[in-house]
Amino acid sequence: MLRISDFSWHTRHLDLLEVPAGECVVVTGPSGAGKSRLLRAVADLEPSTGLVEAFGAVRDETPAPAWRLQVSYLAATPGWWADTVAPHLTDLAAAAPLFDALGLAADCTTWQVSRLSSGERQRLALVRNLLLEPRVLLLDEPTASLDAETEAAAEQLIRDRLESGACALLVTHDGAQSTRLATRAVVLDAGETRVATL
Amino acid sequence: MNVIPLSYWDLGIAAGLVLLNALASLVLGLGLTRSLIIAGVRMTVQLALIGLVLVWLFSVQSPWWTLLVASVMLGMAGYEVYARQARRLRGFWAYGLGASSMVLSSVVVTLLALGALVQPEPWYDPRYAVPLLGMILGNTMTGVALGLDTLTTATVRDQAAVEARLALGHPRFDAMRVVVVPALRSGFIPIINSMAAAGVVALPGMMTGQILSGTPPEEAVKYQVLIMFLIAGATGAGVLMAVYGGVLRLTDGRHRLRLDRLKQADQSER
Repeated sequence: MLRISDFSWHTRHLDLLEVPAGECVVVTGPSGAGKSRLLRAVADLEPSTGLVEAFGAVRDETPAPAWRLQVSYLAATPGWWADTVAPHLTDLAAAAPLFDALGLAADCTTWQVSRLSSGERQRLALVRNLLLEPRVLLLDEPTASLDAETEAAAEQLIRDRLESGACALLVTHDGAQSTRLATRAVVLDAGETRVATL
Repeated sequence: MNVIPLSYWDLGIAAGLVLLNALASLVLGLGLTRSLIIAGVRMTVQLALIGLVLVWLFSVQSPWWTLLVASVMLGMAGYEVYARQARRLRGFWAYGLGASSMVLSSVVVTLLALGALVQPEPWYDPRYAVPLLGMILGNTMTGVALGLDTLTTATVRDQAAVEARLALGHPRFDAMRVVVVPALRSGFIPIINSMAAAGVVALPGMMTGQILSGTPPEEAVKYQVLIMFLIAGATGAGVLMAVYGGVLRLTDGRHRLRLDRLKQADQSER
């Protein structure tokens, strides 16, 4: 379970959020409300205060690199640090079935990053995070650049991870995707942060 | 020693070349005219003043006055590094990081040269200490300024790449490697170029000066080789300290990227 309590980030405060294994909670609100920053703060990529626990591990008592292997943030615009795809992936053999599921060619590991489309980047970034097998997925608009068919494939991969014991926080502007993947939402309204049922 | 004396007329003709550059800048609208003229005037005044200071310093042979002159040189070098940064660390670190890296590397290498290699009598003889420190410091300053400027510029530019690695559980020094490597390269390249080109493309200024003033070429060459190695050693140490110190400031103990510790320098300050 992911448990966030008495949590302050950016200009926001959340009293309590518990996300049990198998559940995905969406984060909604207008642009600039702090949705991405909530995910980044939970991953400890930016300063915040409060208690964050994931499957028994307390964030502030866990070395940050070890925490992020378990609580993995996928940015809306993922970054790349090498010229080709392969150096970004920890296990090429384990990546092969994920490529297949997301409609990526088997030889995509040799592709130049600079020539990837935004949809290819988004899929490869999802693969990159899933290869770490994190217990908590922090997904920031992970399918915004995908067509309907690939979006469905990506959602199925996320569902598979939830069924195998992970949980997720998902930022999305797609209301239909929210109801497909989640039954609860963290709503960031003007001046108010609350947990609501969809 | 048979030095051919230079007249002020000779210096004036040479200065005319800079004025021609300034004129070209004016005609082409490059916006460099003012900077070129100010830099030329500044250099002339600074060198004339240091000439007077050196005449006096060599005559008094005092370790304290030598230390004071060295301190002023170190302080000015620190300011020059600070002034060359497009983005600066906030607070003390804006000046402190570059200055401390330079002071530590330059002073240690200069003391090594004075104490163990050149061994003048007394060891602090300003005739050796001041020019040695000046040459080492000047080059270290260039390396540190380039290294720090590349580090901060690249960190802002490649923020997404660094944060992607941090988010995937990479420790901060691994994650920052994508910006550290170009920063170290830019800091090291000037001295690598200087060493590689010495004697083939360019005759170093100190060696040329010694030969012109009558020193036998083989002695001048030995001094130049020594100086180049000292400069390379000090520059390398200074750049490494400044860049890795910068990485420590641009990240924190929780392995987060801290761009909030950077600010854009005012254009007028550069």
